[in-house]
Amino acid sequence: MAARLIFLGRLEDAAGASEREVACGPLAEILATLDPALAVQLLGERVRLALNGVLLAEAGGVVLADDDELAFLPPVSGG
Amino acid sequence: MRDVRLLDLGFDPSLELERFTAGHPQAGGVVSFLGQVRQGEGVEALELRHYAPLTLPGMRALADAVLARWALDGLLIVHRIGVMVPRDPIVLVAAAARHRRDAFAAADFAMDHLKSESWFWKREKTSDGWRWIEPRDEDRRDLARW
Repeated sequence: MAARLIFLGRLEDAAGASEREVACGPLAEILATLDPALAVQLLGERVRLALNGVLLAEAGGVVLADDDELAFLPPVSGG
Repeated sequence: MRDVRLLDLGFDPSLELERFTAGHPQAGGVVSFLGQVRQGEGVEALELRHYAPLTLPGMRALADAVLARWALDGLLIVHRIGVMVPRDPIVLVAAAARHRRDAFAAADFAMDHLKSESWFWKREKTSDGWRWIEPRDEDRRDLARW
């Protein structure tokens, strides 16, 4: 029973990897197991979240189930 | 009508444009924009990352919004991902229309939204190593024009 966190852009450097497997459960509990400096960056106000490819309006109340993929999306810079 | 692609290898912009133009003989005008990796400022390479579940679907939705807003015969959006070197093409947008103003506006709108709303993350390599590029205020102001 595991879920995946995906780190895009500069968050990959902050996390030291592009993804990480975590135990299922409420997001707040999962973040509490991470390096606090990383958790602060992941919760930055300009970081968007996508759960299984769908953008979330807010992080509150997210609970990860088995095989869920939660992506942390910092501000984009394309073109 | 709508040709939207995400490429992990290089492409030939002139060939793409030739094919696109040939495919829309009824269009009186074709406006295109080519973005390439800038040479100078010590940049050795540029990398564009994406997030597959969002990036291409988002580009298709952008193309649909452009087609809904302007009277176009066709719209082409080609965007690179991966590692590129100076002068490599990054993005090609082309709009074909009966009338040039629709084509100019559509290509301009598509580029502003690709720069500041599409799901890409860019980093540059210089002699100091790799560095993530943050979005510029100017890009956000460009978006506010629409």
